[in-house]
Amino acid sequence: MRKLALNDEILLKIEKPARYIGNEVNSVMKDKSKIDIRFAMCFPDVYEIGMSHLGIQILYDMFNRREDVWCERVYSPWTDLDQIMREEQIPLFALESQDPIREFDFLGITIQYEMCYTNILQVIDLSGIPLNACDRGDSDPIVIGGGPCTYNPEPLAEFFDLFYIGDGETVYDQLLDAYKENKKNGGSRKDYLQKAAGIEGIYVPQFYETEYKEDGTIASFKPTDPHARLTIQKQMVSDLTDTYYPMAPVVPFIKVTQDRVVLEIQRGCIRGCRFCQAGMLYRPTREREVETLKRYAYTMLKNTGHEEISLSSLSSSDYSQLKELVTFLIKEFKDEGINISLPSLRIDAFSLDVMGKVQDIRKSSLTFAPEAGSQRMRDVINKGLTEEIILDGAGQAFEGGWNKVKLYFMLGLPTETKEDMEAIPRLADKIARRYYEIPKDRRNGKCQITTSTSFFIPKPFTPFQWAKMYDKEEYVARAAMVKHEFQEQLNRKSLKYHWHEADVTVLEGVFARGDRRLSRVIREAYRLGCLYDSWTENFDNERWMHAFENTGVDIGFYNLRKRERDERFPWDFIDIGVTKDFLYQEWERALKGEVTPNCRVRCSGCGVMKYKGGVCVESKN
Amino acid sequence: MKARIKFRKYGVMRFIGHLDVMRFFQKSMRRAGIPIAFTGGYSPHMIMSFAQPLGVGVTSDGEYLDIELKEEIDPPEAVRRLNEVMVEGIEVVNFCRIPDDKKYSGMTIVAAASYKAILLESARSADVPRAFPVSWRGKLDEFLRQESIVVLKKTKRSETQADIKPMIYQMKLEEDGIYLFLAAGSEQNLKPDLVIRAFLEFIGEDPDSVPFHYHRIDVYARNMSEPKNSHKFIPLDSVSC
Repeated sequence: MRKLALNDEILLKIEKPARYIGNEVNSVMKDKSKIDIRFAMCFPDVYEIGMSHLGIQILYDMFNRREDVWCERVYSPWTDLDQIMREEQIPLFALESQDPIREFDFLGITIQYEMCYTNILQVIDLSGIPLNACDRGDSDPIVIGGGPCTYNPEPLAEFFDLFYIGDGETVYDQLLDAYKENKKNGGSRKDYLQKAAGIEGIYVPQFYETEYKEDGTIASFKPTDPHARLTIQKQMVSDLTDTYYPMAPVVPFIKVTQDRVVLEIQRGCIRGCRFCQAGMLYRPTREREVETLKRYAYTMLKNTGHEEISLSSLSSSDYSQLKELVTFLIKEFKDEGINISLPSLRIDAFSLDVMGKVQDIRKSSLTFAPEAGSQRMRDVINKGLTEEIILDGAGQAFEGGWNKVKLYFMLGLPTETKEDMEAIPRLADKIARRYYEIPKDRRNGKCQITTSTSFFIPKPFTPFQWAKMYDKEEYVARAAMVKHEFQEQLNRKSLKYHWHEADVTVLEGVFARGDRRLSRVIREAYRLGCLYDSWTENFDNERWMHAFENTGVDIGFYNLRKRERDERFPWDFIDIGVTKDFLYQEWERALKGEVTPNCRVRCSGCGVMKYKGGVCVESKN
Repeated sequence: MKARIKFRKYGVMRFIGHLDVMRFFQKSMRRAGIPIAFTGGYSPHMIMSFAQPLGVGVTSDGEYLDIELKEEIDPPEAVRRLNEVMVEGIEVVNFCRIPDDKKYSGMTIVAAASYKAILLESARSADVPRAFPVSWRGKLDEFLRQESIVVLKKTKRSETQADIKPMIYQMKLEEDGIYLFLAAGSEQNLKPDLVIRAFLEFIGEDPDSVPFHYHRIDVYARNMSEPKNSHKFIPLDSVSC
């Protein structure tokens, strides 16, 4: 029987011990004496969040197909266990073998959002690995990062040995083979990092040096090691059908956020919304073949026993075989008591029809993400959604029996005026009016229009990467203005308004477009006790502000400054295919309120064509 | 068509709570392809009911759940298929058809449960037992000879004084621990740790510093052929299997 890393007394004292015992269905056990490489895969948040992440399940499966590799999982210990581990000096361990992470060859960390940065330090620290990559020795695991935040890895540069930029399915084999080779030849840690630096898509931050101008912006960013590349090329799987996909994902004992089979139907998005980082990073859009997906659905449901299946993509309505796939899922699985959960689809006759089949209309709500209230603002962000489409969709849904609508908007977008903000409550009110146009005897009581706003954060590799942000007081004032306008609406009793906290927005903004000098802020915040910052109950803005003060780093430099066209950004050494010129052209078009058509309507020449994949080539086949 | 499944819960699975074990079995039914029946309605769910929740940390050789079948399945085949999709720490030991008759089915028939309470060297491990102190031995009879054993029963909402003596059907020292046969079910229910705590307090020990591991041996129904208050019970899988 497996021996657990935590004793019974601890396990019976902490919340949800199932987070730490492993043993789940489809978790992979191997004989470690027959393994060359031990890889600990980490999502730096609590188990229930980490286990819901598709990317890790894909890589876990991919690594474990190799006989010479054993990939295990590790998540952030929750605050209760965190404290006990520090007090009793228990090293962080992997779920499968329960062995200390310290003994592994690799610690891989997926970096999905900025507010997990202190949790990354927690994981490295509790593992007993030096926080600074330069202080690590030959016996320490190689700490490698991946995921969306690595498209600007600079704030984390100090803490990682390697960053893997792009789809994980492409060069991991090379990276692992090089490791084995180096180990066999008795090579040092540095030897390996140099070899890794030679592999496409791999960034070794300690092999580069940044110089700054007097105004604080970057003067130069140069390799200091002959093996380091000048630019790092994003990795991309061109054929999504012919690649890895986990047929038997791990099934957690406790209820996790994503407690279902997930079918990734496509990667990338054709839309080109100017605020959206994923829409640029994952270009070009690549579809998975529908027949393959049908097979996956069968096998994965059978292997997991899950009672729900869901589709995953950035914009499912753009998947060309959506109708075929959804019809199939309903026909095959509905009678087996399998729930079919559809991601937010564009509201039209088809989506209303299928939603009516798979969910209880009285309980479910419709979701629209207009992102901006006025047409002018929607043109600025290139969101191809008009008021007419929204009111039409809502009207059809109301006629079909729905009476709950959720609306998502952003505040603080570039060029936003008072009128743009006031348009948000007005649009919500128009939707309510549309509802009350239906004769009373055919209505289902009152309607409920729930509006949420978040604050816009400019992200690297988007046309808005040049945009300035605001300070906390301004964000709060904008939300207050919207709230006030809601109270002026005719149907205010049917309208609800929520807005996000402004504190976190400011920090996310700093780290999204930050540089290497932020490593010390993160380290200081962690030292001051910041952890689980994406959890409202744990977030402590005051501590973060102290961390900035203590390190002398100015938030305004990152958030409130206007960036010029020729400024060198910390992430400019990464090539995602989409060119900086294209992004700037889109920025200028945004300021003029000009829309750009989507990839299927017309190619805009963003530059990603050089990958020769997905939507860029589909019309030419 | 109804079936009763008996399973063991041991090892690391003792840290998985009752609700999660239910979820685990729902998913296991699908993986094993057991032809379980669903309720009707908009969101159908499996017709499945568990006998007696088991606390986190407690192991068991006698856990039960009843399911409704939509078609026949050969019991040995069902046991084999289920065990193929289990994890270490859960083992299906019996699968038997039960009559559809209400008086056999439904978990309302649960009336008693037997346990072993094992004294431990340390709360850190349930695997290292400690010999039962000689000086405590004689106290056990003394404890049971009391006219009443009043304890504070805590629920989520309130604390009440209760005399647990009538719910202790049997309590005796055996080689590997204290054997307990206690009332269980929806009418009256007594958890083994409550009895042990009362005993420890009785002999002047601090219950919080004397670690025990609890193991459930089996769950019982009242034997219908005996008079109501006779305290004659039979294991759930003997009721009609």
